[in-house]
Amino acid sequence: MTVAIHPNERAADGSVPAGPDVARPGSPGSVPAPVVRMPRHLLSAADLDRPTAEHVLGTALRIEQAMAGREVRKLPTLRGRTVVNLFFEDSTRTRISFEVAAKRLSADVINFSAKGSSVSKGESLKDTAWTLQAMGADAVVCRHSSSGAPQQLSAWVDGHVINAGDGTHEHPTQALLDAYTLRRHLGGLDGRRIVVVGDILHSRVARSNVLLLSTLGAQVTLVAPPTLLPVGVGSWPAQVSYDLDRSLVGADAVMMLRVQRERMSGGFFPTEREYSRSYGLDVRRRDLLAPHGIVLHPGPMNRGMEITPQVADGERSVIVEQVANGVTVRMAVLYLLLSGEADEISGRGV
Amino acid sequence: MPAVLIRGGAPYGEDRADLLLVGGLIVALGPAASADARAADAEIVDADGLVVLPGLVDLHTHLREPGREDAETVASGSAAAALGGYTAVFAMPNTDPTADTAGVVEQVYRLGREVGLVDVHPIGAVTVGRKGERLAELAAMATSAARVRIFSDDGDCVSDPLLMRRALEYVKAFDGIIAQHAQDPRLTQGAQMHEGIVSARLGMTGWPAVAEEAIIARDCLLTDHVRSRLHVCHLSTAGSVDVVAAAKKRGTTVTAEVTPHHLLLTDERAVGYDPVFKVNPPLRTSRDIHALRTALAAGVIDIVATDHAPHASQDKETEWDNASPGMLGLQTALSVVILTMLLPGLLDWRGVARVMSEAPARIGALSDQGRPLAVGEPANLAMIDPEARWTVSRAALASLSANTPFEGMELPGRVVATYLRGRATVAATALAGR
Repeated sequence: MTVAIHPNERAADGSVPAGPDVARPGSPGSVPAPVVRMPRHLLSAADLDRPTAEHVLGTALRIEQAMAGREVRKLPTLRGRTVVNLFFEDSTRTRISFEVAAKRLSADVINFSAKGSSVSKGESLKDTAWTLQAMGADAVVCRHSSSGAPQQLSAWVDGHVINAGDGTHEHPTQALLDAYTLRRHLGGLDGRRIVVVGDILHSRVARSNVLLLSTLGAQVTLVAPPTLLPVGVGSWPAQVSYDLDRSLVGADAVMMLRVQRERMSGGFFPTEREYSRSYGLDVRRRDLLAPHGIVLHPGPMNRGMEITPQVADGERSVIVEQVANGVTVRMAVLYLLLSGEADEISGRGV
Repeated sequence: MPAVLIRGGAPYGEDRADLLLVGGLIVALGPAASADARAADAEIVDADGLVVLPGLVDLHTHLREPGREDAETVASGSAAAALGGYTAVFAMPNTDPTADTAGVVEQVYRLGREVGLVDVHPIGAVTVGRKGERLAELAAMATSAARVRIFSDDGDCVSDPLLMRRALEYVKAFDGIIAQHAQDPRLTQGAQMHEGIVSARLGMTGWPAVAEEAIIARDCLLTDHVRSRLHVCHLSTAGSVDVVAAAKKRGTTVTAEVTPHHLLLTDERAVGYDPVFKVNPPLRTSRDIHALRTALAAGVIDIVATDHAPHASQDKETEWDNASPGMLGLQTALSVVILTMLLPGLLDWRGVARVMSEAPARIGALSDQGRPLAVGEPANLAMIDPEARWTVSRAALASLSANTPFEGMELPGRVVATYLRGRATVAATALAGR
């Protein structure tokens, strides 16, 4: 089993042909293979066109297969590389997921959290970037409460920047792990109907998922109270509805977003109870899905608010699997971003 | 001060006419200028091919002194103004301490006089500390040596309707005017950029157009009710144009300004999250730009004002939502107006003189600025090479700050010389005598 990308497969412009996970031309003279263009940084799900997104997901699948059944769950691919987890905002699960992913690829991992660091003493983002630059970070995984901070960071460091969630903007690796999970259960996403429910206005998960899932051919329907939809949502590649029941009928999957309780004090909706009644997922609503339909949630959940425990823990829920897939997908992202400089990743010799 | 004979320039871009400046006044015009006995020993200035306008007047400048002398001073801001063709600027009161007393406005006024590059006219705060709670001593500022006539809490809106009403009424006693920063604070909580397609994509809290339009509409009605004078700062939306047009049609004594950046740049500039494009009110859409240009040409919007807002690098090179809003404008304003209004044929040079000199001077109640290029008038002049093109470089600007949104852009028209009361403050595109 190999997921190698040989240097001689890399075109002059740095792009590489799509791996075997995407459709190859059937015979000489047919349509040329789609070209994979891995961006230098992963800041937005829009950075990935369809061949590249499918290449990332295909690489994740092969990593999962390569790891399966191993006693030592570690690949030597990124040995000697330094991955910095730069977290300006608390996020235990995302940080740990990236940390495990980097460590399974044998990278050195430095956790740089804003708490108790120079950042809380007023050091600017730019000075922090220069510090990382001086330390020679090969990749910087950045979580920040300000939209756009990872993009700004990418202008100040030489390493590859991965957006691990920025403000209310994007969270592209979450969308990748969601797409990975959906593909495992639904096969291809072409024409699949995915319903995303909740606080679309403030959700970086929603923004990245709308972009990535539509890139992959899915039909996305956003459901939320009108107060939690951004002005301008009409320009997104998604349909919008205020009616959850109707949207769920026959859908292939539903993704419930966390609704922060402070939104209520912001006046976005009157009470938790009213929100749950209109936009919460209970067993009755879940059963409106297609028979094969699945339930996703990026976590952490407000049980009883946007999702009932019966649904969260029920048979159609893939929420726990999402967490495991997060590690695999992040391994693929780290590998592909750094692979221009790293040795080939291979099942052999590990 | 020696006499100056300006030769070959074209007043208002029309027929060439020499100007003879003596004692701070234009004393002769046309053939009479060189024929005048006083021209014999005058300094000759070659203005061949240059357009001559009355010195520009900026109704909306932030000079940052006192308090943030690291970002701008009266001296550095005056230099930027003179280089931009200005002979008078109005300094906004959001300094530290706030310009809300006779003492502070007199300090700023005196600093301007000492620098001597442009006339610096302080704007007084409407409310104490610009907190929007109670009126500052407006009459004391009006009767001070600074003779304040314009009052504004710029940076913040006088949002309390009762306080706004009182302010509009109170300034009538000394022929004052309230310049409103129209922004409903509740509708713009945490706002980062124009609310629309781009803000939705970038995940930034939106600043809806209605937050400006609703305040302007309310203030026009209040102005009607108490029969006072209102000036709308940095009007930025198509809807605001409609509101002001309707008010003017029914006779409201309202004037309005637009900034150069709102005439040229759209909210798409926020893509990339470079806070140099963060400004308040925010950059809007191309539809708004079209409405603003049309309204300025038609006179619905009266003037162009820069909202020159210097910020130190540490306040700009940071996360977008932590960055201070504002852009430099004094040295680029005329070129942007040439690009957006003159070249497309929306204004001629007379029109440029009107919106950048005459009308702002009239709104600010200046008797010695924005005057016609005519015998007996003050010799406040801007001389412009209309054919020149130049590339904006923040390092080359006179401001102490570098936050120009036009960095690297090639702009038309260059200020070659500026005269303040017959004395050159700028000559050959550089500060005179330096």
